[in-house]
Amino acid sequence: MTRPLVEVRNLKMHFPVHAGILRRQVGAVKAVDGVSFDIVEGETLGLVGESGCGKSTCGRAVLRLYDITDGEIIVDGRAIGQESQMSLRTMRPTMQMVFQDPQASLNPRMTVGAIIGEPLSEHTRMSRAERIARVGELMDQVGLNRTFVNRYPHEFSGGQRQRIGIARALALNPKFIVCDEPIAALDVSIQAQVVNLLEELQGRLGLTYLFISHDLSMVRHIADRVAVMYLGKLVELAPRDALYDTPLHPYTEALLSAVPEPDPAKAGQKRDRIVLQGDVPSPANPPDGCNFSTRCPRVMEVCSRIDPEFREVQPGHWAACHLHDSIRPSGTTRRHTEATTMVEPNKESNP
Amino acid sequence: MPDGDTRNVLEVRGLRTVFETRRGEVHAVNSVSFEVKPGELLGVVGESGSGKSVTMMSLVGLLPSPPAEVREGKVLLDGEDLLQVTPARLRDIRGSDVGFIFQDPMTSLNPVFTVGFQIMEPVRRHMGLNKKQARARAIELLELVGIPGAAGRLSDYPHQFSGGMRQRVMIAIALACDPKVLIADEPTTALDVTIQAQILEIIEDLRSKLGMAIVWITHDLGVIAGIADRVAVMYGGQIVEHAEVFPLFNDPRHPYTRALLKTIPTVSGKRAAKLQVIEGQPPMLGAAPTACAFRDRCPLAFERCHAENPQRETVGPGHDVACFHPLAHTAKEGAA
Ligand SMILES: Nc1ncnc2c1ncn2[C@@H]1O[C@H](COP(=O)(O)OP(=O)(O)OP(=O)(O)O)[C@@H](O)[C@H]1O
Ligand SMILES: Nc1ncnc2c1ncn2[C@@H]1O[C@H](COP(=O)(O)OP(=O)(O)OP(=O)(O)O)[C@@H](O)[C@H]1O
Ligand code: SF4
Ligand SMILES: [Mg+2]
Ligand SMILES: [Mg+2]
Repeated sequence: MTRPLVEVRNLKMHFPVHAGILRRQVGAVKAVDGVSFDIVEGETLGLVGESGCGKSTCGRAVLRLYDITDGEIIVDGRAIGQESQMSLRTMRPTMQMVFQDPQASLNPRMTVGAIIGEPLSEHTRMSRAERIARVGELMDQVGLNRTFVNRYPHEFSGGQRQRIGIARALALNPKFIVCDEPIAALDVSIQAQVVNLLEELQGRLGLTYLFISHDLSMVRHIADRVAVMYLGKLVELAPRDALYDTPLHPYTEALLSAVPEPDPAKAGQKRDRIVLQGDVPSPANPPDGCNFSTRCPRVMEVCSRIDPEFREVQPGHWAACHLHDSIRPSGTTRRHTEATTMVEPNKESNP
Repeated sequence: MPDGDTRNVLEVRGLRTVFETRRGEVHAVNSVSFEVKPGELLGVVGESGSGKSVTMMSLVGLLPSPPAEVREGKVLLDGEDLLQVTPARLRDIRGSDVGFIFQDPMTSLNPVFTVGFQIMEPVRRHMGLNKKQARARAIELLELVGIPGAAGRLSDYPHQFSGGMRQRVMIAIALACDPKVLIADEPTTALDVTIQAQILEIIEDLRSKLGMAIVWITHDLGVIAGIADRVAVMYGGQIVEHAEVFPLFNDPRHPYTRALLKTIPTVSGKRAAKLQVIEGQPPMLGAAPTACAFRDRCPLAFERCHAENPQRETVGPGHDVACFHPLAHTAKEGAA
């Protein structure tokens, strides 16, 4: 069995809410509230969900860009959930991030060469000549012309700027990259270029991706497995085809049915679209029971009382929904099957 | 669906808009022509920077001049040329006959006025309603766009609404005076798909009930496939292909349209191993076009494409395309 490169257990990231003259803490935004998943080496896990559901927070928390509220994170065999930022420094080269807005994430006063080379000067003892050579190599890898090395970010198009961000993320030979909406700010015709580049680099360098996006069709293209998030929690996680062909959670179902199909013939007959009512509740004040109960078209009495457990309903296919309560997988005890790289969230997985 | 009424409520002919910047001219809109009939929805697609927003803003004088200058063209709203009317008349038309939903809701809602005021003000001014009637109208509109507890939210300010709700408020304002023409610039791009599905239902409803003509700009071909009667594809400041929605998706003639349709992945059906890409970068718009704007990225380009700018020619019923390549004209021979 392939060993997961990334293991996340019961991850929580709550942001305090302060109010009043004394700025006392009056509550918390539960941006990520008990999330568990694994990412196998060399695979792409897609993380989808609507705006504000906690995708970015989850990605950043896994890389320990935050001091997390609770949970365990193991990356490449090392438990980093509780490590101090100081001791994480040695871990940084292994894990990188590519951001949504290529414009905002690049320093406008630095040349492309300096931007890509910055992690090299920070984390390695390369000589100037070695650094220049490595920067050139990285520019080749992402399809940027080496002659552009002394230009500034504003002289590039959006797609090219995203390539600069990717080259920088690759500088230290990472194993794991969190791609946070890497194509959302790009034009459709340019999105395909960047996605193909990410796939090609993965094949060539054996990279592992957490690919965050709200674009369900792009995630279907790039991901091996897909996790669906709603209001701080995972509601479903499954291999790509299982998720798109036979979604188990009503939210996933609604989400998929709401994606407009670029085919007028299908659009005409598609009156079985599930239109959800209302807005997503605030993560500072989530509903009792199932987080989706306030908008769920298939809500039952139990749903507003008891939070459904995130469990493996079919081999490798996880869902948190009372509709699947009756289907108990073989045995109620925790199992760690071949098909499964997950363990149940709320239990200790450390010996 | 439009039937019987063949009159064009909006007719745009040969529109040309240029920006005069310190670094020279930007020819953002080059001889754009299109029309819409009552109850009809024209979808406008095209890549970022292709001139979609500038075209629409040129129609109703929304571009600051300088730097923008509408150099040529006619914009006929029920026969009245909006490029010739006084600024006062144009302001009047903007609030009543033509509703506009902008790409960015935050810049177009005024943060210092309540949402109720921003809806009631135009209906009092343009529809002559009194305060009480205007309030009732505002509640009706907010309910229409699916804002729960509408009456209680009239006194709220824009920042008290979520992004999706703000976009819906924008739509309510655009619809306030029962416009003849609604111009919607990427109205659902910033929204989540489940919220987008709600808005699309509302628009579908309005169009059939009120017979509103709609111009809908988006880069989402899925949305277009679902709601448009006809589609105009823009590239480099020009309309390069225009057809009814079925032929556009099933029999695209322009190499750009074909490439565009191939680049998009879907949530169902066959999954391509590798995404098709349109190599290269969008064109520079520094001067009026003297060649095909797509030539540098076009797999079919030949000498003529570099020497002349192709004009729209009919290739089938209601289907025209601006491209020299003979492949584009195979099915049916139109005008020479
Ligand atoms: N530093 C912070 N302090 C307080 N609240 C925060 C902070 N960062 C995020 N949040 C809140 O946490 C929730 C999740 O935010 P997050 O950015 O993770 O969502 P997302 O799924 O990435 O959304 P999007 O698709 O819009 O990027 C939101 O309600 C957000 O307002
Ligand atoms: N104030 C301005 N000064 C100079 N050029 C401008 C100005 N506004 C727009 N342009 C240029 O006009 C062209 C068309 O822009 P427009 O905003 O219409 O594109 P669009 O098709 O709406 O793109 P998007 O999909 O990104 O909204 C672009 O090349 C843009 O750079
Ligand atoms: S005119 Fe020429 S370059 Fe332009 S799209 Fe047609 S074949 Fe391609
Ligand atoms: Mg985010
Ligand atoms: Mg625009």
